[in-house]
Amino acid sequence: MLQVKNLKVRVEDREILKGINLTVNKGEVHAIMGPNGSGKSTFARALSGHPGYEVTQGEVLYNGADLLDMDPDERAREGVFMAFQYPVEIPGVNNAYFLKAALNAKRKQAGLDELDAMDFMKLVKEKLKLLHVDDSLLQRSVNEGFSGGEKKRNEIFHMAVLEPTLALLDETDSGLDIDALRVVSEGVNAMRSPDRAFIVVTHYQRLLNYIVPDFVHVLSDGKIVRSGGRELALELEEKGYAGQTAAGARK
Amino acid sequence: METLVALRRGLGQAAPGWVKERRDAAAKRFAEVGYPTTRQEDWRFTNIAPIADAKFAAASGSFAQAEALIASVNVPGAVRLAIVNGQFAAGLSDLSALPKGVRIAGLRDGARDGTDGLEEHLGKVFNLDAHPFAALNTSMLDDGVAIFIAAGAVVETPIHIVVVTGGDGKAVTAHPRLLIVAGANSQVRVAQSFIGTPGAEYFNNAVAEVVVGEGANVTLYTDQRESERAFHLANIQARVAAKGVFESHAFSTGARIQRHDIGIALKGEGADCTMNGVYLADGERLLDTHTSLDHAMPHCTSHEIYKGILAGKAKAVFNGRIIVRLDAQKTDAKQTNRALLLSDDCTINSNPQLEIFADDVKCTHGAAVGQLDEEALFYLQARGLTRLEARDMLLHAFAGEVLEGLKIPALREQIETNFFTALARDVALQPLP
Repeated sequence: MLQVKNLKVRVEDREILKGINLTVNKGEVHAIMGPNGSGKSTFARALSGHPGYEVTQGEVLYNGADLLDMDPDERAREGVFMAFQYPVEIPGVNNAYFLKAALNAKRKQAGLDELDAMDFMKLVKEKLKLLHVDDSLLQRSVNEGFSGGEKKRNEIFHMAVLEPTLALLDETDSGLDIDALRVVSEGVNAMRSPDRAFIVVTHYQRLLNYIVPDFVHVLSDGKIVRSGGRELALELEEKGYAGQTAAGARK
Repeated sequence: METLVALRRGLGQAAPGWVKERRDAAAKRFAEVGYPTTRQEDWRFTNIAPIADAKFAAASGSFAQAEALIASVNVPGAVRLAIVNGQFAAGLSDLSALPKGVRIAGLRDGARDGTDGLEEHLGKVFNLDAHPFAALNTSMLDDGVAIFIAAGAVVETPIHIVVVTGGDGKAVTAHPRLLIVAGANSQVRVAQSFIGTPGAEYFNNAVAEVVVGEGANVTLYTDQRESERAFHLANIQARVAAKGVFESHAFSTGARIQRHDIGIALKGEGADCTMNGVYLADGERLLDTHTSLDHAMPHCTSHEIYKGILAGKAKAVFNGRIIVRLDAQKTDAKQTNRALLLSDDCTINSNPQLEIFADDVKCTHGAAVGQLDEEALFYLQARGLTRLEARDMLLHAFAGEVLEGLKIPALREQIETNFFTALARDVALQPLP
């Protein structure tokens, strides 16, 4: 589904990603871990098409198409979803109204009929129940005045409604208490399917107790220095990121 | 100036003496002050030379497209009062929904017939000295409409005044006039839509006077969607008695040059007012809003929000004056002015002007000028909206706070549609960065 080849990304004048190689197949959950500043959020944001992240080299194929050639909205309509680390507050834009517009943009792309208000609300009610999200979030402005936990739940709620093919979760666990973490993880787990892949960016292994990954990759200084199964995350929890360098990967 | 003298000669001589006197006094005043220039503080950023230098013809009370234009802004269920080139057009009006407690009079006929309340209020709500264009309008005092609401009447049916201007190819000038007198404890919503032949050049110089009686509640919506080559000047002045409530909501998308002077005088204790507006300036248009709030009495409140969206090479001026007089203790006044600049070539001059003489008052004001939030744009885009859709959604949200104040759904729908048509027009001119 996703092939990342030698991806190099610059933010302002600094090269952050220095050649990432990664293959993600349908149905897989990949965790990207690493210390602060290793480039893991940059990786997620570059894949989502954030204009501040300039790809200087490399290639990303998504279902065979050149992902880097697409605008952020095209990527989204093609099924790439990013759950933001810091969801943006947008005063005056009603959450339900926005989500309906986003869903219909995606449906239009797929050649499906747009959902009317009633069908949309039916779908939304199902997803809200699935995620234990309070429906008062629907009629509020997007993220405005939401608590940290509400923002993250709202991201997962958007994801559940938009049903992406590839979901990027950018530090979704940061700022969540244990209950919110459980709810968010259950939402993600409920969405795991043989046709959908996840890339979960996280600093802590804690999240991976709930969302069990198939693969774990350790990022250090803009490169993947180790890859392994779930046990790698547990090892990192025990030993920390110290020593996870490119040299360590060669042992 | 000579043109004006000639235009004045054409005015109806059948008018009663008091009308002629008021015309002549205003003409004298206008002759003394003349057209304002950019050397005057109130006109520093708005050069009206294109108006002063142009020769406009006197408009006749009809033109080819008038009827179609009126139909295009139809608000079902409303009382419609049509003003064509400054003259009340009974034939194009629709009074079938006229509720009890409302009296409507064409000014020309009303003055002739001695309509009760006209002589008392017309031209008496405010002082012309600081308003050269209102003086010009009054010097041409001829026709328009007056609306009287009986004491205690609660009028649910909206009253929609459609002011259409055009000259079948001639650049015309019109001086429409509106008077609203709301009796004690009455309630009414009035909207005025300004519209003209698309692409036509004309000069529309409107004055509205509003008298809000004790405990009365009056809302006036001003929907300015004049031709893109029109010169639109409108002066709206309200006087609010004790415990009265007045709301002015202005929505502007048209005109080459707009100047709004909106003044509210809170003349009785416990009066409350709202003065909101949203404008969209694109191309090379200049939209100027001068507001003035006179807190003359204690325990009055005022809320003011103006929002502007500027694109292309547009210019906007916002000047918000609030006077809190010595006696006006316990005043609570709040003014906010925000503008979004969508291009590098547009400019806004924003100037809050607070003059506070009382010592126990709460007055806040804030002005902010900025660009669209790129992170918000990206967030919306990352969920699948195109950049344009995302931008429109943000602009709509920005303007929404003011648009929501428009409580006539059919008119609000028209104005919102018009708003986005105007945005699309600008997109064609200016590619996104």
